[in-house]
Amino acid sequence: MTEKELAIKSVEYRKKILKYIYAAKAGHTGGSLSCIDILNVLYNHVLHVSPQDFSSPNRDRYIQSKGHTVEALYVVLADKGFFPESDLETLCKYKSHYIGHPTKKVHGVEQNTGALGHGLSLSVGNALAAKMDARSYRVFTLLGDGELPEGSNWEAALTASHYKLDNLCAIIDHNKLQISGRTSEVCNTDPIDEKFESFGWAVKHVDGHDFKALTEAFDSIPFEKGKPSLIIAHTIKGKGISYMEDQLKWHHGVPNPEQYAQAIQELEAAIVN
Amino acid sequence: MIVEAENKSQTDKANLEVFAQTLEELAATDRDVVVVTSDSRGSGKLIGFGQNFPAQTVEIGIAEQNLVGVAAGLASAGKKTFAVSPACFLTARALEQIKNDVAYSDNPVKLIGISAGVSYGALGSTHHSLHDFAVLRAINNLVIAAPADNYETIEAIRLAAKSNHPIYLRFGKKVMPKLSCDQSFEFGKGRIVREGCDIALVATGETVYPALQAAEILEQENKISAMVISMHTIKPLDYDLLESVAKKCKAMITIEEHSINGGLGEACASFLLQNNLSLPFKIMGIPDEYTVTGSQTEIFEHYGISKAGIAKEAVALLK
Repeated sequence: MTEKELAIKSVEYRKKILKYIYAAKAGHTGGSLSCIDILNVLYNHVLHVSPQDFSSPNRDRYIQSKGHTVEALYVVLADKGFFPESDLETLCKYKSHYIGHPTKKVHGVEQNTGALGHGLSLSVGNALAAKMDARSYRVFTLLGDGELPEGSNWEAALTASHYKLDNLCAIIDHNKLQISGRTSEVCNTDPIDEKFESFGWAVKHVDGHDFKALTEAFDSIPFEKGKPSLIIAHTIKGKGISYMEDQLKWHHGVPNPEQYAQAIQELEAAIVN
Repeated sequence: MIVEAENKSQTDKANLEVFAQTLEELAATDRDVVVVTSDSRGSGKLIGFGQNFPAQTVEIGIAEQNLVGVAAGLASAGKKTFAVSPACFLTARALEQIKNDVAYSDNPVKLIGISAGVSYGALGSTHHSLHDFAVLRAINNLVIAAPADNYETIEAIRLAAKSNHPIYLRFGKKVMPKLSCDQSFEFGKGRIVREGCDIALVATGETVYPALQAAEILEQENKISAMVISMHTIKPLDYDLLESVAKKCKAMITIEEHSINGGLGEACASFLLQNNLSLPFKIMGIPDEYTVTGSQTEIFEHYGISKAGIAKEAVALLK
C-alpha cells in the first residue's frame, strides 16, 4: 500500500472510530485517534496475519497493551475481514463481544488486555516461544506512554534483552497525555529512549502520523541484531479532529451531534486534500 | 496408635521433589514442556531440570508479575508452561497477571506454588501463603488443587501437562507418606482415603496425613468411626462426594493449611448450607492472624492441625 493509500485508509478508519464511539456513546476517542496510523501501518504493511491464517502458529503476533483504545483495533480488524463491520454496531451493548477492551472472543484479537502493563510480558512469552521453536514470526505490542510507570513493563524489558529477543518490537504511542493530565506531569518517564537503551533495547523515534517514517522504521527491525526494538511514535491525542487534538477531555470524550458532524466534515475534507 | 515414622516408607518424598522429577520425565519426551522460574530453581528442586533441559528452562529472575505474563505468552504460543514460584509471591504479587493473562485469556499456564502454606515456617508471614485458595477461588476459569501425597502430585502434574486450561497447584516441602487408596486421581474428584461413618474429616494437601492419624486415634481411643477425604481439588469442588458424605456422617470437619477465611472450609460450608445439608461443622485452619513463629510442624501443632488437635475437635463436635 502506498503512503497515499495508507493516508486515505487512516481517514476512513478515523471516521469509523468516531462513528462507532458516537453510536455507543462510549469509547477512548483521543487515544484511538492517536494510535490509528500505527495500527494502519502494522496491519496494512507489516504484519503477516489474516483471518484465514489466524490459527497458524507462524502468524505474526500483535498484542495491544493499551487495550482501552480498542475502537482503533476493532475498526482495523473489521477492515481486514476478521468480522463484518456491522458487528461494531453492538459496541459496548448488552451481551456484545465487542466490549471496551480487547478480548479473544473477537476474531483477530490475540490476548485479553485492558489492565495496563501486561502486553509486554505476554509479547516476551510469544517471542521466546518463537525462538525456542525456531519460528520466524515476529511479535509486536503497542504500549501507551501513560502505562510506562507500571513496573511489570520494566521487568519485561529486562527479560526481552536478556534473551536477545530481536523478534520483538514494542511501539509506544507517545501522545503525551493521560487521563489525569500531561504524562510528564503525572509521572515523568523521560527520557524513555535512554531508559530502554540502558535496558538493552535498540530505540528509534518516529512521527507516529508520518506513514513514510513508520513504514521505514518497521521495515528496519530489528534495529540491531540480538536486541529487542522499540519505536517511540510521537503522536497527537485526538489527531485529525481540530477540537480534539492534544485536549485532555477527549481521553474518553464522546462527541455530541454537532461535534460529530464537524468531525466527519473535517475528515472528509482531509480526503479531498 | 500410628506413629508418624511407621507410615513413611523409604521411598516417600516431598511432593515438591516428585513434582520436579515428574516434570523431568515429561520434558524428556516432550520438548514443548517448559519451566519458567523466578530465581526459584533451587527451592523448586529444579536445578536438575535446568541442567538437563536448558532449552526448556526460562529463568526470569525475581519478578513474579513478569514470570506469569511471560508464561502466559509462552502458553498461548503452544508451550506446556509450568510457572514455578513460591506460592506466597506467585499468588499475591502476580495476582492480576493470573486473573487476566492466565485465567481470563484462558492461556493454559500451570501455576505451581512451591513451599506453600506455612512450609517456610519461621521465615514468617511474608513467606506464608494462607490466602491463595481464597483469592484464586474468586477468579473464574482456574482449577485449584493441593495434592496430598506423592501419587496425587505425580498424577496432578501429568494431567496438568495435558490440560488446555489454567491450573494452580501448590506443594509443600515435607516428606509425605503414601495414602492408602485405590481411587485414581482426577481433578475435581476427592479421594476417600479412609472409610468411616460418624464424622468426615475433609482435608487437603499436607493436612490429609494428620487427619488420617486423627482418625486412627478416634477409632482406638474414642470408638469414633472417621472418614477421611483428600479433597485435593478446591475448585471445582467435588459436590457429589460432599453431599454423599454429609448424608452419611453425623458431622464434618474441614482441615487446610490456609486461612479459615475463604478456603476449603468455607467452600464446603457454602455448598452444604445452600443445599439444605445441615450437620455439625467445623473449619480448621489458620485463624485470622499472622502466625506464631515456628516450623511448619510447630505452627500446625499450635493451631491444632495435628492428630491430637483434630481428634479433640472431632470429639467436641460430636458431643
